[in-house]
Amino acid sequence: MVGLALMTLFVAMALLAPVFANRSELQAAAGRNNPNLHAPNGKFWLGTDEIGRNVFALVMWGARVSLYIGLLATVVAVVIGSVLGLIAGYARGWVSRVMLAIDDFFLVLPFIPLAIVLALLLGRSPTIMALVIGGTFWAGGSRLIRAQVLSLRERGYVERATALGASSRHIIMRHVLPGVAPLIIANASLIVPGAILAESTLAFLGLGDRFSPSWGKVLEGAQASGALTLNAWWYYLPPGLCIIGIVLAFTLVGNALERIFDPRLGDR
Amino acid sequence: MTTRLVLKKLIDAVVLLAMVLVFNFFLFRVVDHDPLAKYRGHSKLSQAQRTAIIKRFGLDGSKWEQFVRFVDRTLHGDFGRSFNSTRPVVSEILDRLPNTLLLVGISTVLTIAIGIRIGIRAGWQRGGRFDRISTPFSMALYGTPEFFLGMLFLAFLGAKLGWFPTGGVTNPAAHYTGFSAIVDRARHLVLPVATLTLGYLGSYSLVMRTSMLDTLREDYLTTARAKGLRDRDVMRRHAVPNALLPSVSLIAIGFGFIIGGAITTETVFSYPGLGLATYQAIGNTDLPMMQALFMFSSVAVIVFNIFADVVLTFLDPRIRVGA
Repeated sequence: MVGLALMTLFVAMALLAPVFANRSELQAAAGRNNPNLHAPNGKFWLGTDEIGRNVFALVMWGARVSLYIGLLATVVAVVIGSVLGLIAGYARGWVSRVMLAIDDFFLVLPFIPLAIVLALLLGRSPTIMALVIGGTFWAGGSRLIRAQVLSLRERGYVERATALGASSRHIIMRHVLPGVAPLIIANASLIVPGAILAESTLAFLGLGDRFSPSWGKVLEGAQASGALTLNAWWYYLPPGLCIIGIVLAFTLVGNALERIFDPRLGDR
Repeated sequence: MTTRLVLKKLIDAVVLLAMVLVFNFFLFRVVDHDPLAKYRGHSKLSQAQRTAIIKRFGLDGSKWEQFVRFVDRTLHGDFGRSFNSTRPVVSEILDRLPNTLLLVGISTVLTIAIGIRIGIRAGWQRGGRFDRISTPFSMALYGTPEFFLGMLFLAFLGAKLGWFPTGGVTNPAAHYTGFSAIVDRARHLVLPVATLTLGYLGSYSLVMRTSMLDTLREDYLTTARAKGLRDRDVMRRHAVPNALLPSVSLIAIGFGFIIGGAITTETVFSYPGLGLATYQAIGNTDLPMMQALFMFSSVAVIVFNIFADVVLTFLDPRIRVGA
């Protein structure tokens, strides 16, 4: 319940960002006439950054960028993971072995360095970042789905459909997919927090878009501008706490979903 | 039987390493078809300079010739020169390796040791006082990006209270010798190690706790209790060893994440290791450096995983019999 409430709060933040702060406040020129690194007051609720931009506006719009990248990356990861997991679980022989080898490879590759390389080579816009994160985040889910398909394949109704001469396509779409769908959904809600953390890491390392900043990008600015030693807490605390909050929200909801779909897990 | 299994794991490792090699070439020469465009000031180069650089970085000839040359050079430990410093990439890496080994080594050992202990205690008495405190704490740590944790440490323990230095590995202003040099170095390690350890503690203790909960449902624990064993012995001799097994492979996969965490942690504390080198390579679009760093971290993670796999075959008789 706490998770759901937090999640609603952040989604509301992302949707209502334009109501509270104009998009133009993100531009470098927006802070020209404002004091730099100024503490919070009536006009700037969360103070200003090193070029006088309103931190409140940065945090509100950051919700939008972080959520957009996190959700789109999850969709990409889930689609790749599900398709490869279904094929690896359903196919036999060398197809299955090759799929498993690819899966192993991506599971073992260190994720952040790989994402850094891809972002460095492909570009830094929010959509590309989402594709990069999604494209490197699917291996765990694919493994789970493969295992579930393997167990479903042995069930009576799949065997019966095979015996009746149904095509592989028909069996996968009508019999296997409905069986793995709950798993895919629970898995997706657990990929979101990972994707958001990954995005904030990449943005913190300088691989983000400067003028549609995510929370990680705001933290990078705080680090680079010396806000830490200058004790400008209003600059780095809000975006950091937002990242923690959103990750917890999705993790709690994901765990709850997992429990609903798989009652055997019991009350953890 | 065991020898054959270990041999099979080693062959798997060689296949994975070969895949790393091919994948690296694919990323840096096929996805990025014109690496030279990232070379600083490339538009001002004369034709002769351009040809020289192309030759030096092995970018001439067909893709297949490039690939053969790339594999040959890599296997001979030649990763080219940094776009930025023009020094050989290998010497850049070897210079910084000890710092990172120290940081990642200490943090990995601490994270695993502390995380597993917390997980065991929380799982053993689920819903107990320890669990009610430690599990939300682990969740919060899991949700905190390690670099944010590092920033908080730097701002409060470093800058505000002045207990620890805020960056680097040694105090450049002082010339310590002997024991005080060691103390100085240790003081510079405290905050980065604390950051990296706490940053990954949460996921380890949560994994271990879940694993404990799964084990507690097994029949052999009921049997152990029915035999009249003391609670302590049931936990230490029966529950913990079995709960540890599934975590070993997760620990190995987690090592890949710690390497990622080292990049941001070193960046926050300007700690001159491979992580800071990665951050600088991003800033300078230093492709040869980035490629070597990526290859290096992949190899480290694969070796660590294979090591964990082999250890697991010795620990878990079920794997030896089952496979």
